[in-house]
Formats: sequence, structure tokens, C-alpha cells
Amino acid sequence: MSSARLEVIVAIGVASLSIFGCANLGGGGMAAKSPTGIPLGASGPHAVQPLTDKPRFGQAISEADLAAWNIDVRTSDGRGLPPGRGSVAEGRQVYAAKCAACHGPDAKGGPVYGTMVGGIGSFTTNARVLTPGSMYPYAPILFDYIRRSMPMDRPQTLRADEVYAVSAYLLNLNGLVPADAVMDAQSLPRVQMPNRNGFILDDRPDTKALRCMTNCK
Amino acid sequence: MDTKELDHNRRSFLRKSLAVAGGVAAGGTAGAAALPVPSSAQEPGRQIEAAAYGMPSKFEAHVMRRRSDVLKNRQNLSDWSMTPLQHQPGIITPNGLVYERHHAGTPDIDPKTHRLAIHGMVKQPLTFTMDDLVRYPSVSRFYFLECSGNGLTDWLKPASTTVQQTHGLLSGALWTGVPVSTLLEEAGIDPRGKWALFEGADASAHARSVPMEKVLDDTLIVYAMNGEALRPENGYPVRALLPGWEGNISVKWLRRIKVGEEPWHFRGETARYTDPMPEGKWRQFSMVMECKSVITSPSGGQQLKGPGFYEVTGLAWSGAGKVRAVDVSFDGGKNWREATLEEPIMDKCLTRFKAAWNWNGAPAVLMSRAVDSHGYVQPSVQEVQKVRAIVGFVQHHNAIQPWSVNANGEVRNVIGQA
Repeated sequence: MSSARLEVIVAIGVASLSIFGCANLGGGGMAAKSPTGIPLGASGPHAVQPLTDKPRFGQAISEADLAAWNIDVRTSDGRGLPPGRGSVAEGRQVYAAKCAACHGPDAKGGPVYGTMVGGIGSFTTNARVLTPGSMYPYAPILFDYIRRSMPMDRPQTLRADEVYAVSAYLLNLNGLVPADAVMDAQSLPRVQMPNRNGFILDDRPDTKALRCMTNCK
Repeated sequence: MDTKELDHNRRSFLRKSLAVAGGVAAGGTAGAAALPVPSSAQEPGRQIEAAAYGMPSKFEAHVMRRRSDVLKNRQNLSDWSMTPLQHQPGIITPNGLVYERHHAGTPDIDPKTHRLAIHGMVKQPLTFTMDDLVRYPSVSRFYFLECSGNGLTDWLKPASTTVQQTHGLLSGALWTGVPVSTLLEEAGIDPRGKWALFEGADASAHARSVPMEKVLDDTLIVYAMNGEALRPENGYPVRALLPGWEGNISVKWLRRIKVGEEPWHFRGETARYTDPMPEGKWRQFSMVMECKSVITSPSGGQQLKGPGFYEVTGLAWSGAGKVRAVDVSFDGGKNWREATLEEPIMDKCLTRFKAAWNWNGAPAVLMSRAVDSHGYVQPSVQEVQKVRAIVGFVQHHNAIQPWSVNANGEVRNVIGQA
């Protein structure tokens, strides 16, 4: 092997190390952060075999054909909320039929789960009560979560109207919408949630432990 | 030399040899009775079966996952079970003992019909069959996986007895799959796409938002663990694996990745999996599992067999890098000495530490404290309490675990007391 060729190989090796190797050389906590400020704890991408000709095995599909799976709602502004509407009164009926068995009458807690009502203002006490009313920063979280996960024994079977109605009912029980409220893709994102500004982005490492070895306490 | 003499010499030699052998035997007379030949050596064992999946010895039946014995869950669908770390040597958790956390039970998904879809802000939405996924160039990497709720029952006072209950939402495995970047590049990411949704095909349709930097850095789509297909309870036939990050974001039974501009702020990243902070606040998107360690032997519920030598051993890990050092204390944190780390020491993987201890029979409090490759030092509960609110179900417990040993050799959980 010529020395020139050897040098090239060594250079590639060093380059791969700097790309793929563990680059955590101390200091600075969890190092790299995302542009939004989340600590990543990153140590670089995986080395895979270099491919001159990238294999492509995915099958093309249209967004229309993914519609039944495309159930997510961007809850901060309600993007992805489907057509449909539901009132507090309709929600009371859906709730009684499909939710009360686990969550109890008036969503105050049942045989399986605790209350979904109240807790607003409790976060500054030593008994934080987590409910959709006290905890959710955005009202469309109700729609997204009920549609994807509830009722627990038959998830993803409720019609959009039923999901809007149960959302309206739970918001009303929490005192966040009036008894005559109707929820749809326009009204739901406009509901003001008390915990809207209750979150702070990950700012760890936050502890300041020292590596004391003798007579530490 | 005549025959007689030869005979005498031989007998004399034999007598001397026997005397030497007898001398050795006489040195070990105290204690054990003579060993009989075991029955296993006097009759054939079981025959090899025509085809079988091997199982542990029947004498190891006590080594099993267990649900929490602290919280009495009123249903077992959104539930968890824990790894028996006190019985795990080394750094790899056998597949049948890897911890579970599900939000609506374990589905049994047919790999022939399962599809992974990638869509949203991409040039061309794509679906992949399992046959497609295993054709891509693969990577196999050792990583720990830890639930963000590991330890949440034991912050300020002890509630759990064993290390399985205090730390068992933790496992280590060799994961095999495809970098998700390979699949996303094929779909063509819109440069405005800064986040990706990962969603499961289970009955909770569990979903999380992931910043694109992590997606493209080291996130894997995995279909195998420890040399075999994923177990159903760990995401069969395919799951996401985000090294070093809280377990629930490594979405199991993965069916969909959608690229978007912003996070979705799902229930599972607002009302749950957020950390209570002072003044009624909540910390969001706390993903990295910070550096942590625990002594697995001796640990809570165990019994020391009198004074003498013990190998104190445990596990250390960091979601932000490698374990650089582990210190152990035998006096409740007053004095520490550095433990030995056992190779291999890998990024975002369990690391085994060991320290020799000669117990003098007096009461002791054992602790371990890990330091990671960033120089981050594992805190005490008191140090965590200075900067966070410990109220309710608190996630991201990476504080030092103390175990007390009393004069009778009983080992107890004394979190918050030492």
C-alpha cells in the first residue's frame, strides 16, 4: 500500500471518529441544545455502512390514504381538528354512556380513575390536583387525547361530534365554558386554560452536587 | 536391587504419598460433611427437544418482573412492571425481564400487516412494511432504557423494599434497527420541519413530539433486542429508540412519524411526563435521563451473612454520555472512595461498578454516586429538593439511593433518612 493511500485512510478514520465518536469532553452539563433550547445530551449519529447507492424501499402513499391514521391535533392552535361540533348537554349524555363507569358521575372520580374536575389554583400548594381543567395548557388536548385513547375499552371509536361534546362537558364541569357552550374546530382552541403559562422549558442540569470525598457532612 | 527390595520401596512410596494426601485432607476437616455423588451425575438428564425456546432453571422462578407493590393500581392496562435488578449480573437485561410501561395494554401485532408511515412535511409520504425495514443497513447498539417515573414512590421517605421496586423501571439491552434519518431522508424532509411526532399502534395511540435534532442524531427504529425480535411488551414488531431519553418517548408499536413545524403539546407531554417545579410551575420536554447510580447488592430486603468480605456492586448510567466514575460511601455519605468500573463502558448504557467491602458487623449506610463524562455529579435528594418541587408523582428521580445495614445484617431502604 502506498503511503499516500494510507494517509487518506487514516484521515478518513480520524474524520469518522470526530463525527461518530463520543465527543463529550467534559464541562457544560448536557451540552448541545435544540434551537428551541431543549438539552439533547447528543453524542453524534450512528455509523452505518457508507452507501454509494441508497436503497429506497418505502412505498409512496397519499395523505388522503393516511386520513384514518392522521388523528393528531396540534393543540396550541387546534390545527388538525376535524369538522363537527358538540354541546355541553350532548357531552353529558355521551359521558354517562361511555365514561362514567371508570371516571364516576360528574367526572368527580370513579372506581378506576380520580377526579377530572377542579384543582385550579392547587399547584402552589403541597397537594397539586391534576385535572384537564387545572393542568392542560391548551383545550384541544382534550379532543386529541379523547379521540386517540378513550374510552379505554373502545378507543378511536367515538365520532368527532361525540369527542367535541365530551370536551365541552368536561370544560364546563371545570368552570371554563358556560353551560350552553358548543365546541368545534373554531371555538375549542379559543378556550382560555388557566395553566396556559404554567410550563418552563427544560433547563437542566439544575442540581449543583459536588464530588466531595472526605468529611462531607 | 532384588524384587523384594523393589516391592518394599514401592510400598514405602505409596505410604508416604498417602500420608501427604491425608495431611491435605486433615487441613480441611472443619465444617462440611463428605460430598456424595449427586444424582445428576448418576442418571441421564433431559433429552434435547426437537425444537424449543430455552427457559431459565426452575430454581430461578423467583427472578421475575413485578408490578409496583407501593401503588395499588385499580386497572392493569395503564401500568408498569419492574426489572429485578438485584438478580441481574452484568449490564444486559434478559428480554423476559426488561421492564414494561404501557398506557393501554400490550397489543399482539401481526408483522405481516403492520405498517410504518412517514408523512407530514416531507416531499413524499411513505409507508414501510416490516420486510422493507429489515432490508436497510442496520446498526446494533447497547443502550439503557429508563422510565422517567423510575423511583417516583421513594423521594422523601422509603416506601419500597427492594431495588426492583425503587429502580426497576430500568433495563439494558442491545438494540438493532435502522437510523430514522435513513427513512426520513428517503421521504425528503421539508427544511421547515423542526419536530416529528412519533405515534404507536396500541390502544392508547401514545404520541410524543421529538425535536428534529434528536430524530436525525441517534434515533433508531428498532425491531430487535438482545439478538431476537422485540418482545410484544417492548414494542413488537417495531419501536422507536431514543438513546438516553426518558423511556416513554421511545414509542412502542410504532406506526407513524409525522414531520411538523412545532411540538404538538400532547397530553403525554403537558399533563403527564412533566416535572413539578417551585411556584406551581411545570418543567416540560425534560427528555435526558440524567446521570444516576444504585447499589444492587447489597440492596433493600437482602440479608448479609455476618461480618466479612462483600463485593458491593451496582449500576451507573447517564443519558448525556458515559459514566466517568462512581464513588461509594459506607457511612451515609460522609466519606467516599472510588469504585472500580467494569468494561465495557459505553455511551448511554448501563455501566457495572464494584467495590470491595470488609463489613465489621457495625451498622452502616451504603451509597453510590456517579459522575458522567460532562463532569455532572449525581445529586442527593436534598440537593434535588433545593431546585425542584417534590410533590405528588415526581418524575426524573436521579438522586443517590442509601441502603442501611443494621447489626443483624438486614439491608433497608432509607431514602430521605440518611
